Amino acid sequence: MKKALSLLLVGAMTLSLAACGSSSSDSAATDSTTAEESTTSESTDAASEESTGATFKIGGIGPLTGSAAVYGTAVQNGAQIAIDEINAAGGINGYQVEFNFQDDENDAERSVNAYNTLKDWGMQVLMGTVTSTPCVAVVENTQADNMFQITPSGTAVECIQYPNAYRMCFSDPNQGTESAKYIGENGLAQTIAVIYDSSDVYSSGIYEAFAEEAANQGLEIVSAEAFTADNNTDFSVQVQKAKDAGAELLFMPFYYTEASLVLAECNSQGYEPIFFGCDGMDGILAVENFDTTLAEDLMYLAPFVASSEDEQVQSFVSAYEAAYGETPNQFAADAYDSIYVIKAALEGANATPDMSVSDLCDAMTAAMAEVTYSGVTGKDITWGEDGEPNKAPLVVQIQDGVAVEL
Amino acid sequence: MIGFISYLVNGISLGSVYAIIALGYTMVYGIAKMLNFAHGDVIMIGAFVVFSTVSGMGLPPVIGILISVVVCTVLGMLIERIAYKPLRHASKLAVLITAIGVSYFLQNVALLIYGANTKSFTSVVTMEPIRLADGALVISGETIVTVIACIIIMIGLSAFIKYSKSGRAMLAVSEDSGAAQLMGVNVNSTIALTFAIGSALAAIAGVLLCSSYPSLTPYTGSMPGIKAFVAAVFGGIGSIPGAFIGGILLGVIEILGRAYISSQLSDAIVFAVLIVVLLVKPTGILGKQIQEKV
Repeated sequence: MKKALSLLLVGAMTLSLAACGSSSSDSAATDSTTAEESTTSESTDAASEESTGATFKIGGIGPLTGSAAVYGTAVQNGAQIAIDEINAAGGINGYQVEFNFQDDENDAERSVNAYNTLKDWGMQVLMGTVTSTPCVAVVENTQADNMFQITPSGTAVECIQYPNAYRMCFSDPNQGTESAKYIGENGLAQTIAVIYDSSDVYSSGIYEAFAEEAANQGLEIVSAEAFTADNNTDFSVQVQKAKDAGAELLFMPFYYTEASLVLAECNSQGYEPIFFGCDGMDGILAVENFDTTLAEDLMYLAPFVASSEDEQVQSFVSAYEAAYGETPNQFAADAYDSIYVIKAALEGANATPDMSVSDLCDAMTAAMAEVTYSGVTGKDITWGEDGEPNKAPLVVQIQDGVAVEL
Repeated sequence: MIGFISYLVNGISLGSVYAIIALGYTMVYGIAKMLNFAHGDVIMIGAFVVFSTVSGMGLPPVIGILISVVVCTVLGMLIERIAYKPLRHASKLAVLITAIGVSYFLQNVALLIYGANTKSFTSVVTMEPIRLADGALVISGETIVTVIACIIIMIGLSAFIKYSKSGRAMLAVSEDSGAAQLMGVNVNSTIALTFAIGSALAAIAGVLLCSSYPSLTPYTGSMPGIKAFVAAVFGGIGSIPGAFIGGILLGVIEILGRAYISSQLSDAIVFAVLIVVLLVKPTGILGKQIQEKV
């Protein structure tokens, strides 16, 4: 029995190695475990190392298992596409790039462990982490090591509180402010109800900034109800309070998983306000078996629209679909752009892989001031000293089951 | 006033789901004297089976639920046979840890098969909601079905234990398994039967839970599982009417607490009530007073 099992495991391992040998895009199969992942990326890189000698080592951290696995997997896949493209086009400053992505299960402690694993591997630049809470913990370490870090999707303010850290997506307050501005300037509604996740920095951060800006815009928040991560299936009370308060618009700064439940609850209570959400709504149409008519007319801020006719977006979407068989979400897009921003910074700094982590970081932060990047999540993006991106938000609305830019 | 009634109805609906899950916990505890922490994940498996058969293969909901009940019953008996039976005479702690292990095992199997993406569960209830007071009070079909199912299961289970031979065997094993064995009761098959019934209930609970709150992930069962465990302790673990009362009360307290005190603190309120109940009545509302033998 034991023998059979070990034979099976050996077989599985050989297969996974063989798969990555044949084509590099296969190397990040959606469901591959972390262990497999690191073997595959190392073996692809072993080949490239022979030809050029030194390589840039970029690490990534995010949840590949656990309840947030969908974000981590998207980031890993999106980044892998960028890495493969860069390597195929001759690398960065003539050097090939190695990429190693580690699982953190959306847990701060595991994330720091993953960071240490990557450091042992020889990581020079960190693309991560995917989720906010672990990111806040990891940034303390990158700051201590003076390692260049860019988070594709960590939206909490504290994620990039040090000069070595940058962000690809909008921050929480930024989204809250932009949402309130959009609602106010377009006169969508006067009375607003908010439901938010008080156990999540993303959600409560957006809510606080939204409430502040809503006051400036002369909007009235008639009901603000919270829920927590342990209590995110039953929304009957929150929806009923919003309904009883007579809100014309329901602001939902949380992820689409909960949003699908809130929309269903509103439907069953016969409550039909204008629904407005943030980038966490991205993906609601992809929820398997979801009745998309519930999300009809839902508006949300989105950094990335897969149906956009933009050339860069189209080439990314088709590469992603070919590799993973699904449409990329904003997390994949943010990761894809993050890798290219790292490339831009490395090129701007004229960096070589033999530089120390700290020297690389200093050179890259200096170069970031000059970087103007156009990618799939925005055009002509620049970064301030605080590490925040300057880009225009996009508002999309779901019409006939498709997200359309407004 | 209408608001209050509406909250109350929602609370009873949520509580009914807790009650059905708590029945599974309480039966297994009463008879096998173990906490089956994998119970919540059997619920999730039950819901996934219905999701696959009804939404995936297009079978009628009734067939899907029947398949789910069969799958969960077999699964429950398998878990008992493989993971718990060899540990029958091991320490309580070893069984508890094994149960937690089984729970993680089931979650990860589901994660492997279905992936982490949330699935939207199509309700199996086709009943139209009842609208009262000009639409201010809406009672969904799911609520009505859940409450009725819960009451039927409660009564059926009580009758089964009271009047059937295997039910009385269960009662005997729960009183004193050693003595029951001496009197000719097959303890092993009685425990297996308990797991079978508990898991069949889990399948039904899974369908009702996901019909009311239509989102399905490999982690769907864990939080309701814990809440139902609390409900079972609340009502007096080992007692079937206790699980029912505990479940309903927990649901109502949770919803009313969320509505009138704080939407953030609803869990804190639930657990604070639990602490108070246990301080006043350590065996729960309907729990038997057990004299500790020295």
